[in-house]
Amino acid sequence: MNLRGIATLLYKEILRFSKVWLQTLGAPVITTLLYLLVFSHVLEEHVQVFRNVSYSAFLIPGLIMMSVIQNAFANSSSSVIQSKVTGNIVFILLTPLSHLEVYLAYTVAAVVRGLAVGLGIYLVAIFFVSLPVHNVILLVAFAFLGSAVLGTLGLIAGIWAEKFDQLAGFQNFVIMPLSFLSGVFYSLHSLPEFWQQLSRFNPFFYMIDGFRYGFFGMSDVSPWLSLVVVAFSLLLLALFTLFLLSRGYKLRH
Amino acid sequence: MPAISIRAIHKRFGSLHALKGVEFQVEQGEFFGLLGPNGAGKSTLINIIGGLARATEGSIEVLGHDVVGDYRHSRRQLGIVPQELVFDPFFTVRETLRIQSGYFGLGRENDAWVDSLIDGLKLSDKADVNMRLLSGGMKRRVLVAQALVHRPKVVVLDEPTAGVDVELRKSLWEFVKALHKDGHTIVLTTHYLEEAEALCDRIAILHHGMLAALDTTKALLARGIGNIRCVNIKTSEPLAVIPESLQHKIKSQDGNSLVLQLNREEDSIVNVLDVLRNAGANVTDLETEVADLEDVFLELTAAGRS
Repeated sequence: MNLRGIATLLYKEILRFSKVWLQTLGAPVITTLLYLLVFSHVLEEHVQVFRNVSYSAFLIPGLIMMSVIQNAFANSSSSVIQSKVTGNIVFILLTPLSHLEVYLAYTVAAVVRGLAVGLGIYLVAIFFVSLPVHNVILLVAFAFLGSAVLGTLGLIAGIWAEKFDQLAGFQNFVIMPLSFLSGVFYSLHSLPEFWQQLSRFNPFFYMIDGFRYGFFGMSDVSPWLSLVVVAFSLLLLALFTLFLLSRGYKLRH
Repeated sequence: MPAISIRAIHKRFGSLHALKGVEFQVEQGEFFGLLGPNGAGKSTLINIIGGLARATEGSIEVLGHDVVGDYRHSRRQLGIVPQELVFDPFFTVRETLRIQSGYFGLGRENDAWVDSLIDGLKLSDKADVNMRLLSGGMKRRVLVAQALVHRPKVVVLDEPTAGVDVELRKSLWEFVKALHKDGHTIVLTTHYLEEAEALCDRIAILHHGMLAALDTTKALLARGIGNIRCVNIKTSEPLAVIPESLQHKIKSQDGNSLVLQLNREEDSIVNVLDVLRNAGANVTDLETEVADLEDVFLELTAAGRS
């Protein structure tokens, strides 16, 4: 395995987003904190989801996870589509990097960006809201796996899309609805039965529910079930992406 | 072992049959010219060699390594300078080159070579400048450096002088000639027949996805390839009648402008001007241009038929 090659592509991807850190790290942290400010202010007195947990505290893990996954997706998808549109993808395609090596580097870079944004939100939020940590290992596992799933989805979207508006469509019509309807702002049990059942088909729900368990030790479904669903989603998407890369789908003509 | 071995390559894009059984070899240490008019299939062939495209049929080896089955080794031996002026706007010249070197598994131990490329291609004062801020010529040099960061034995330059000013073209050729002298195999695609004449040991000409000619430059020239010159003659008034002796040499006529196709060895421009003057034409301007590859191909097929 070309480990140095992977490390270089990973370094390049991290350097790429850190050169525009205000847009890639700063903006999502601020946006999420604004969500927190508005929703917690409006709903704090009216909604309590878990016993002894304020609505603001309940909201933070969901908001962190939503930002983590949206930024992980944005990182790999925007990098690939930009390289395709500008043509500099050839600099990667002409090298001896294998499909697996390319996949690993892009996905880990997406995870790094997702976790950096998540950590930023967490560090600011705990200044304002008291937030327990029940199981740090599960917490990190869900953040890592969730961002890896979305980094992989971003890679698929970047490979598939030929124009920026196609990518925006993927983001607006797939990623945004799935992340908003995944229990960021509410518990599954507060939904009517039909929507509860439908939510169980949304893998983003398991990412957020499991991540929230890491903080409070309480969740809508078993965290182990969530872990299995998220890990299995990653496995399936990773295999599909490796298949696309090995075929050179929309990359090698 | 040949530097590049191309065997019965076919490439289809839907209904378009872009390459139709192309087969030839480039020997190690050669300076090889791949010529052809636009759409002949040159870039498609180069893309297949580099793995940017996949052949529908046939196989290609670079120094004995199959470009599909053994791509890791074939790509380590190969440096390709793409035709388009592509760059990553996030990085400086040095970052771009070090990153490219890293993809090939090379680390800090390769920095000295990267620096010597920066020097050799006269990029030293731009080494820490963002790629976005470079002129087109500078970007072209970075592309050359990127293709060489991993010290490939075979270097393919896909129309590197297209849209490049005279000075840069000259310095680029000096650099490539030095590479060739060091033992690199060079494959060059170009539109400029004179460039290929001056640099290449052997030339392959592609036309409509087929190999139209493959020979040493000397032999191709001996066959009279490249003898055609076009002469664009401007007259004060449009010519009412063109003298009979020039009729078969007309390539085009538009108002005051008359383009004649002349043979460098058989036709004299002075005679042509005399004939026009005797016909009452007042010649105000005259311009000669090198025959393009379309004309060369016409010569080739005409020679084949005769």
